[in-house]
Amino acid sequence: MSVFTPNPGGAPLPRQVVAQAGMESRLMLRNGEQLLLAVVIPIIVLFGAVEAAKHVSLKLTASPVDVFTPGVLALAVMSTAFTSLAIATGFERRYGVIKRLGASPLPRSGLLMGKVGGLLLVEVLQIAVLCVVAAFLGWSPAPGVAGAVLAIVVGTAAFASLGLFLAGVLRAEATLAAANLVYLLLLAGGAVVLPASSYGAFGKVVEWLPSGALGIMMRRALIDDRIAWVSLLVLLGWAALGTVLTARTFKWE
Amino acid sequence: MEIDGLVMRYGGKTAVDGLDLVVERETITAVLGPNGAGKTTTLETCEGYRKPQRGRIRVLGLDPQADRRELLPRIGVMLQGGGAWSGVRAMEMLRHIARLHANPLDVDMLAERVGLGDCGRTPYRRLSGGQQQRLNLAMAVVGRPELVFVDEPTAGMDPQARRTTWQLLQELRASGVTVVLTTHFMDEAERLADLIHIIDHGRLIASGSPIELTRGTAPNSGGATIRLVVTEPFPPDAATSLQRALGNQVEVRPVGDRSLLIAGTADPTTLSKVSAWCEENDVLPESLNLGQRNLEDVFLELTGRQLVS
Repeated sequence: MSVFTPNPGGAPLPRQVVAQAGMESRLMLRNGEQLLLAVVIPIIVLFGAVEAAKHVSLKLTASPVDVFTPGVLALAVMSTAFTSLAIATGFERRYGVIKRLGASPLPRSGLLMGKVGGLLLVEVLQIAVLCVVAAFLGWSPAPGVAGAVLAIVVGTAAFASLGLFLAGVLRAEATLAAANLVYLLLLAGGAVVLPASSYGAFGKVVEWLPSGALGIMMRRALIDDRIAWVSLLVLLGWAALGTVLTARTFKWE
Repeated sequence: MEIDGLVMRYGGKTAVDGLDLVVERETITAVLGPNGAGKTTTLETCEGYRKPQRGRIRVLGLDPQADRRELLPRIGVMLQGGGAWSGVRAMEMLRHIARLHANPLDVDMLAERVGLGDCGRTPYRRLSGGQQQRLNLAMAVVGRPELVFVDEPTAGMDPQARRTTWQLLQELRASGVTVVLTTHFMDEAERLADLIHIIDHGRLIASGSPIELTRGTAPNSGGATIRLVVTEPFPPDAATSLQRALGNQVEVRPVGDRSLLIAGTADPTTLSKVSAWCEENDVLPESLNLGQRNLEDVFLELTGRQLVS
């Protein structure tokens, strides 16, 4: 019997999903620009915000590091689930990776689960690094871990579905540009790091953005140990919208 | 594998126009045709990427659309290009595809066999075109499929890599794998295939073994032929003049400026007329082949065009 004698078959789905998630997270961590987006920018923002709070008078309900760290964690989730995912998926379409995997035993649902698994893995690493940095700056969070985990999971779903939508309708370069632009706009004006109250009248609007809602949920959980139910509903709404849009428009090739 | 009356249109253009085709198990079948003949479209429809607009396809007895999930683990696919992340290392990519399968081949052995040994840690984007092709081939066979589709497998490969690829495909067939390949290289089809389907404008124009096609015994492939190649370019009216000398039983067609094809009865009378014509016109034959056309000639006769333009 030759080594090439046919013996076909797909691996069990969980094994395929684990392999795909591992691959996705490895590639994401290997990419310098994505690492910059995932860890370096959030750290700079955290230092910058804490430092700036000493010189600018902001009406904050707690110490600057306690207020900004939950928002920076939200920013890290946004960068991975939205920007990194959109860019990576855009180029996967361009390079025919999704087409290639489409001819493998991995079903589309498995590919999606693998992508989500990869995202969560990267997020765990990001959050670990950011928590250590924040602890050095004297962060003392409220024990609202459950609320924070809920916020991260639902926020990931909302941003990932929107990121996939973007990657599905635009060419790879346009996705790259748009995903970075949206990230910068939301970082500056999306109430992720700065509480919505500091935007004045505009704050009422940004609360309804996925960035604002995720920021609010994180702050409410890690400052007040409570769950921001309205923001949770807002995030679920964005996730539903993103999923519908993606399902209607996404092309695998 | 069976294709019945496949029709595929894009916009106003018909890519596949009523194609019928059969592939026997454990053979190498070549789908030969010029660029744009509908080869890739046909293959991708068999692989389940596209839905047949008309007609019926069965691959390993399954419908590539309805039974896609059952079919995919059993086939291997080599795409014409791309198919890997730009930053992924060659062996990492191969290992990943192997992990998606239940009983994959040993990836180190396979990498050795296709000649990826020394570029295993190179990111995909830095691999040469030929190395990318070898990796794509390895990804197609790593899952130990029953049937592999290879789309232009040796495009961009150097001569040695081509021979290695041919050897691998022949070994796959000997091991019981069915191989379907598209190519526009005649030598590839001629050397590898048990059966060649020539398609043009989305239609099957001839089928047969390489010998049947070149000897002219396959249906549709025309009669026997004499091929005359000369040392200096022919004078401009050579074809007409030779046609006059030979009469209407045969048909003379120029192929390039130094060879002529004479289709019809290749009997001693015709042959002696050809050499008499050479003497009269002061041309020195470099070779005079009887009945041994190559696939290029077959294609030219069937379509009036060159296969590779």
